[in-house]
Amino acid sequence: MSNAPVDTGRRRFLTAATAVIGGAGAVAVAVPFIKSWNPSAKAKAAGAPVEVNISKIEPGQLIRVEWRGKPVWVVRRTKEVLDVLPSLDDQLRDPNSEEPQQPEYAQNPTRAINPEYFIAVGLCTHLGCSPTYLPDSFGEQVEGVASGFFCPCHGSKFDMAGRVFSGVPAPLNLVIPPHQYLDDSTVLIGVSEGAA
Amino acid sequence: MKKLLIALFALVPSLVLAAGGPKIEPTGIDWTEQLKDQESLQRGLGYFQQYCAACHSTQYQRYGRVAEDLGISVDEMRANYIPTDAKIGELMENAIPEKDAAKWFGAAPPDLTMVSRVRGEDWVYTYLNSFYQDPSRPFGANNTVFPMVGMPHVLEELQGVPLLQEDGTIVATGGQLTPEEYQQVVKDLTAFLAYSAEPVRLERERLGYWVLGFLFIFFIFAFLLKKEYWKDVH
Amino acid sequence: MANKIIDWIDARIPMTATYNRHVGQYATPKNFNFWYFFGSLALLVLVNQLLTGIWLTMNYVPTAEGAFASIEYIMRDVEYGWLLRYMHSTGASAFFVVIYLHMFRGLIYGSYQKPRELLWLFGMLIFLVLMAEAFMGYLLPWGQMSYWGAQVIISLFGAIPVIGDDLTLWIRGDYVVSGATLNRFFALHVIALPLVLVVLVFLHLIALHEVGSNNPDGVEIKKNKDENGWPVDGIPFHPYYTVKDIVGVAGFLILFCYVLFFMPEGGGYFLEKPNFEAANPMKTPEHIAPVWYFTPFYAILRAVPDKLGGVIMMGLSILVLFVLPWLDRCNVKSIRYRSIIHKLNIAQFTVSFIVLGYLGAVPATPALTIAARIFTITYFGFFIALWIYSKNEKTKPVPERVTFK
Repeated sequence: MSNAPVDTGRRRFLTAATAVIGGAGAVAVAVPFIKSWNPSAKAKAAGAPVEVNISKIEPGQLIRVEWRGKPVWVVRRTKEVLDVLPSLDDQLRDPNSEEPQQPEYAQNPTRAINPEYFIAVGLCTHLGCSPTYLPDSFGEQVEGVASGFFCPCHGSKFDMAGRVFSGVPAPLNLVIPPHQYLDDSTVLIGVSEGAA
Repeated sequence: MKKLLIALFALVPSLVLAAGGPKIEPTGIDWTEQLKDQESLQRGLGYFQQYCAACHSTQYQRYGRVAEDLGISVDEMRANYIPTDAKIGELMENAIPEKDAAKWFGAAPPDLTMVSRVRGEDWVYTYLNSFYQDPSRPFGANNTVFPMVGMPHVLEELQGVPLLQEDGTIVATGGQLTPEEYQQVVKDLTAFLAYSAEPVRLERERLGYWVLGFLFIFFIFAFLLKKEYWKDVH
Repeated sequence: MANKIIDWIDARIPMTATYNRHVGQYATPKNFNFWYFFGSLALLVLVNQLLTGIWLTMNYVPTAEGAFASIEYIMRDVEYGWLLRYMHSTGASAFFVVIYLHMFRGLIYGSYQKPRELLWLFGMLIFLVLMAEAFMGYLLPWGQMSYWGAQVIISLFGAIPVIGDDLTLWIRGDYVVSGATLNRFFALHVIALPLVLVVLVFLHLIALHEVGSNNPDGVEIKKNKDENGWPVDGIPFHPYYTVKDIVGVAGFLILFCYVLFFMPEGGGYFLEKPNFEAANPMKTPEHIAPVWYFTPFYAILRAVPDKLGGVIMMGLSILVLFVLPWLDRCNVKSIRYRSIIHKLNIAQFTVSFIVLGYLGAVPATPALTIAARIFTITYFGFFIALWIYSKNEKTKPVPERVTFK
């Protein structure tokens, strides 16, 4: 060991500089480890937008398509069903769809681009079960309403625009996925119009 | 056990013929440089899809990634390079089931995604230049770097009929392309296969320069720090 | 505040005491040279292998059907998967580079001698487990070389009399290398052997810090202490060797990253060309060679014209290293103060090892086989000669203090 005077300033500067550079390197090394957890090209390909042909759906019929592993419903609503919707407003938690559960273009009374076709992610906003479509026996759940969605897990109820009724566990309306009409009979689910 | 070993050793000489074949001369082409030529890669993809993809898959890569890396728009990719029933995000798998292919060709045509990493780019380039007419073969063609090759000369309409000369060279006549144009086709194809073998190659080297630059700076500071502390030690 | 937390912990576990014992006040000889970088570098590579290995298992599929494609999935579809994979594959070779240099250091400076025999034995066990780890890891990509390399190496056990054939069958769990083999190798490679390795590294370090580090002069610094009981030739590990090892780490990383980013295939030695082709049990690649770090031992195996004899000699070539502390009967440790015979013996051993490494990597021809036999003899000759001459070796006087600068 020596007794020579130590240039503490230089020592402190070099220690700090090396630590900062080394720390930056360590952060950079963490990047690939963190980024590798992002969805892979395979997952992205599987989660790509889905084209649905809606021309063969009967009035009142519900079809399910898979988008990003989730069930997406397409329901062809009859005029009677649509006519009932406004009358339910006072029984609903969020009748005007103020919560951001839908793209802007579906923030309207029927929660759809084309009122005839209701497109929604078929997962209850409570704990993620898939509600049952009750086309004509929904009256057992809500008196005087012929059709709607009923979640068998915890009894949440939604109307034919996916709006949640008051007094059930589910806090929010059903999610409307981004979608667009490619033509009259084809819907592309997963991407809004104009988005890349 | 012993039987297996004997079988192994018996296989080796025949496999040297089948898999190795004659050594090839280096072409002197800088393939990393070729990878930077996107137009060449695009042409290579086109030739591959037109002439090779009917039998050979490149099943470890996806159409979408290839389009992105080669600077092809999604619509263009769909229109020109993807079979109608395939999606952009899918792997570039083969249309022919492997078993049928094996029945028709004797052995299933190998997947070519990584052929240039298995054999080397120069080998692929030379191989494509080394077909010659040989009526004794089932498909009428043979290859000087891959004797007894089990495939036809699919580029014959471009190159013309290649005839093996006495001195070992190959001269082709009657093709749609001049010899120079044909060389470019082969180069494009090889470059595309070099790309598909390791799509990340250019990015890897780009990142490498940054990493090394960083490490040099870190080294200098670490070195100065060490010098500073070791002044204490006598 | 920080002090309070430290006091609280110290009252419950000996944190500060352990830090001081192993880092802050660990007396390290001040005359370490270049050769003393490789211990800390081995630790760095181990951490690299553990981390990248864990991350690779997140996307790797350990089945015969899915393994090869999952590697390409990692290389192409997973963000930065290629980097993690190359870090792991380059790290495997770097591990052996570093370990071989580390062992060579021990050899030339007599670091295996009394009182460091157990330290050496733990080190040798690490080397042995590392070889098993590397061998099993090499099967996982399920390429042609993976498959046939495993096939050949496992077949070696078939040379053992009586139980050989049953043993190979048991190791593979099938009549050839198959998905069953892949699954068990995967389990051992990612869980069992890394655990053993980490425990052994821990023991290796405990053993080192108990007896203290050797040094290029082979002088025991503990024999010469000042009035405070601090070795006069010792300096605290921190900060002096931490800052020095950081320089070593930076230098190593420059080389490591050069290979990783500009030649990840390592000229066909780190990632072998046939391994870019999926395993095909019907077709052997034209030339099967083990990965470069096994080739010296593989050359010895091939040099012996008898299957069982070859396996025995190969096993002995590794086992003989275990007993090195007892073969060397000289009291002087460092090559600096040993006889010219010893220097020549180490030189010829180094040449033998490197030449055997080359011979194991190329196809055997009759001439090369003869060469392999000669160098097998000189490889073992090193140990025999050492045992003979070290008893009454003419050594130079060892200084009282370490030499520095």
